[in-house]
Amino acid sequence: MSEQQKPKKPKIPRQKMPEQNPIERAHNFYEVALGYDNDLALLEASRCLHCKKPYCMAGCPVEVDIPDFVEMVKKGDFIGAAWKVKEKNSLPRIAGRVCPQESQCESKCVLGKKGEPCAIGRLERFVADYAAVHGEGKTPELPKPTGLRVGVVGSGPAGLTLAGALIKKGVAVTVFEALHELGGVLVYGIPEFRLPKAIVKSEVDELRKLGVEFKTNWVVGRIETVDDLLEKAKFDGVFIGTGAGAPLFLKIPGENLNGVYSANEFLTRANLMKAYLFPQSDTPTAKGRRVVVFGGGNVAMDSARSALRLGAEEVTIVYRRTMEELPARAEEVHHAVEEGIKFQLLTAPTEIIGNETGWAVGVHCQKMVLGEPDNSGRRRPMPTDEFFDIECDTVIVSIGNGANPLVPSTTKNLETNKWGNIVADLETGKTSKDRVWAGGDIVTGAATVILAMGAGRKAALSMLDTFGIK
Amino acid sequence: MFEILEKERIGPGVNRAVIFAPEIARAHKPGQFIILRTHADGERIPLTIADKDADKGTITLVWQEVGVTTYYMGTMCVGDKLQDLCGPLGKPTHIEKFGTVVGIGGGIGVAPLFPITKGMHDAGNHVITIVGARTEGLLIMTEDMRKVSDELLIATDDGSFGIHGFVTQVLQSLIDKGTKIDLCVAIGPVPMMRAVVKVTKAANLPTVVSLNPIMVDGTGMCGACRVEVGGKTMFGCVDGPEFDGHEVDFELLMKRLAMYKGPELIALNKFRETDRGCQCTFPGGA
Ligand SMILES: Cc1cc2nc3c(=O)[nH]c(=O)nc-3n(C[C@H](O)[C@H](O)[C@H](O)COP(=O)(O)OP(=O)(O)OC[C@H]3O[C@@H](n4cnc5c(N)ncnc54)[C@H](O)[C@@H]3O)c2cc1C
Ligand SMILES: Cc1cc2nc3c(=O)[nH]c(=O)nc-3n(C[C@H](O)[C@H](O)[C@H](O)COP(=O)(O)OP(=O)(O)OC[C@H]3O[C@@H](n4cnc5c(N)ncnc54)[C@H](O)[C@@H]3O)c2cc1C
Ligand code: SF4
Ligand code: SF4
Ligand code: FES
Repeated sequence: MSEQQKPKKPKIPRQKMPEQNPIERAHNFYEVALGYDNDLALLEASRCLHCKKPYCMAGCPVEVDIPDFVEMVKKGDFIGAAWKVKEKNSLPRIAGRVCPQESQCESKCVLGKKGEPCAIGRLERFVADYAAVHGEGKTPELPKPTGLRVGVVGSGPAGLTLAGALIKKGVAVTVFEALHELGGVLVYGIPEFRLPKAIVKSEVDELRKLGVEFKTNWVVGRIETVDDLLEKAKFDGVFIGTGAGAPLFLKIPGENLNGVYSANEFLTRANLMKAYLFPQSDTPTAKGRRVVVFGGGNVAMDSARSALRLGAEEVTIVYRRTMEELPARAEEVHHAVEEGIKFQLLTAPTEIIGNETGWAVGVHCQKMVLGEPDNSGRRRPMPTDEFFDIECDTVIVSIGNGANPLVPSTTKNLETNKWGNIVADLETGKTSKDRVWAGGDIVTGAATVILAMGAGRKAALSMLDTFGIK
Repeated sequence: MFEILEKERIGPGVNRAVIFAPEIARAHKPGQFIILRTHADGERIPLTIADKDADKGTITLVWQEVGVTTYYMGTMCVGDKLQDLCGPLGKPTHIEKFGTVVGIGGGIGVAPLFPITKGMHDAGNHVITIVGARTEGLLIMTEDMRKVSDELLIATDDGSFGIHGFVTQVLQSLIDKGTKIDLCVAIGPVPMMRAVVKVTKAANLPTVVSLNPIMVDGTGMCGACRVEVGGKTMFGCVDGPEFDGHEVDFELLMKRLAMYKGPELIALNKFRETDRGCQCTFPGGA
């Protein structure tokens, strides 16, 4: 395997991910992307140049050692590769599925300059899945308990990552979660067909095996405050990872009509409460015939595609700008288009129309044009005087989430910014309050899984540093 | 898992259970509620904490059987466990010494009114409680209420017990007699609360109502519980459940409560065909 023996590289194309066909998958909740097999993984890995100066790593928020793990894949050491990834990314089965790779690691890969970048995310998913199935499930040896205890508020990727990093250093961790399931957006928001819940559960179980204690149905701020955790429960530190969970509405007339949902509600009913199994499960949801979704991010795509799977005949995404500006991951948009989701672009809803019984029956829309770029760099949508209606029975408002004020409002001396996000140092996660750290969406506003994990990791390191643990 | 320590039927389709939940019992304040799931495929439903015993670590729930979850709970027995119990949720009632507080409870609403009445009484208010029901057999918790009220007035729609008439008529006659009232608290079916508010608005009496919109998470994450108060959209679970009755859009609340009528019936019928849980008090159509 030495450098000299290497034959001239044949031009191997980027290996496609096998997927369920769009017609079938539009009616089931099984995972869309099926994952590489060994051969595809070997082939794809062989494309990587194992660069001395790996630009790809600079694109990864947690700096996964990409060249080395891909090199191990090349050699067929899939389990070793998985461990390599796990050094930096404790939830690779999850990140490999939901990371916006095309704008992170893969966007920096040198192969992308002339052709297509190495499929880092797909390889990451492959090795992590492989290790989960074939690995001997070895539990890392834990150091002697340090006697220190940390309380974690919220079990999203930020909280879970921090818990994993601390328990491995002998710090006892208790995670408090408001819902009855663990995983945050990973279980209540991102649908089964993109991220099977069994995967989230297995990652949580792994943490449990390491000794992390989980308390579900535990709303911090109501049952106990952060101050109680520090003073009464005597935790040495508290990490707040409560996410960006408060749904925003457009504040247009008709938003409180029946049949109008926030994306959070629609997705929670479908995912967390398994409404797609109704009446086997007890929670109902709208089985809309004609569904309109407001917004253009991942959350909008997930809502639209879930509605389709729940049986809608027609699902239309209404977005103010054009296909180019859609903030959702390219792959998700592509999947949505393949499945038959309609896009009504350059359109802004101005009113939801209701009938006498209080049900939504249509959306009044205004045509837009693109004007000058705004401070986000995207061209600003400008209203025209053209209006039209879309008939529908279900509306899903998916225009973003704000910070839930419960924890900040019940914690003394915790600084927040004008949007209600907790102010914390982005490198350490330290907040204005002694012994309290924060990270993930509650600090940055709605962002990504990998950034939340990165924040959890940084806060863990800062805590260890503060506690004087090497 | 949360064990049921006591369970009894206190009226037709109305049950009371004492549940072991020490942390919730300790943290609870009047006006707050819990969200529960009976089993892994169950729905999340909110119920008010009707009473608690912090020393014993228990809370009391009182519920009326109206759909799949509440019927199922009706079949649960002492020793059975609830899968999930989350709380206390919602803002506690604002309790202080107002002077004279009139509590008005209709039907099952008497249960959520009880801890508030107790709180108002403990805070030194003169408490007048009006409880009402369609008929005598549907009156609940009157003896509990008597203990925490300075005056207890009971009304039935059919006159089978106490005053013949609606709670609003009893309230109106208090007002007409010139009783000095500083605050009204009304909890019950939406039409009852709306009727009470009509009376108190005319008499210019501040009135708190406790709303029961459909909820999912109960933590401000989903917005299912949207209500309009003073023309503004609020989330019932975190901004409430109590609101200024004079400002509430009851029309909207009623419409939103009917949102799942169809599916709820499907779920209930499916439930009636199966036999979940123990059968000691199986409703069997009762
Ligand atoms: C539908 C959807 C799709 C998405 N798709 C992608 C994607 O494809 N790729 C990607 O990278 N990102 C995606 N995101 C964004 C990503 O999921 C989030 O950025 C990430 O989950 C944030 O993690 P977190 O740990 O900060 O918080 P969260 O995942 O939001 O978890 C916070 C947890 O804290 C709990 N909590 C809140 N308040 C309290 C309290 N008071 N007491 C106890 N617990 C509390 C909540 O119940 C929740 O479980 C998506 C988001 C959504 C909603
Ligand atoms: C803050 C609050 C406190 C409450 N306290 C009590 C109480 O102490 N005792 C009591 O008997 N009832 C109480 N309720 C009402 C109780 O939650 C509903 O009766 C219960 O959810 C019905 O569930 P089900 O599955 O049996 O019936 P379903 O068939 O699901 O519903 C029957 C009707 O109940 C209402 N409902 C359904 N699901 C919900 C839900 N998730 N949240 C709220 N309402 C719903 C709807 O109007 C529906 O039409 C309270 C509601 C709220 C919001
Ligand atoms: S964690 Fe995400 S960004 Fe980092 S290497 Fe993996 S897929 Fe790429
Ligand atoms: S930049 Fe691309 S080719 Fe180079 S090491 Fe990273 S993944 Fe491999
Ligand atoms: S029940 Fe979900 S926000 Fe109130």
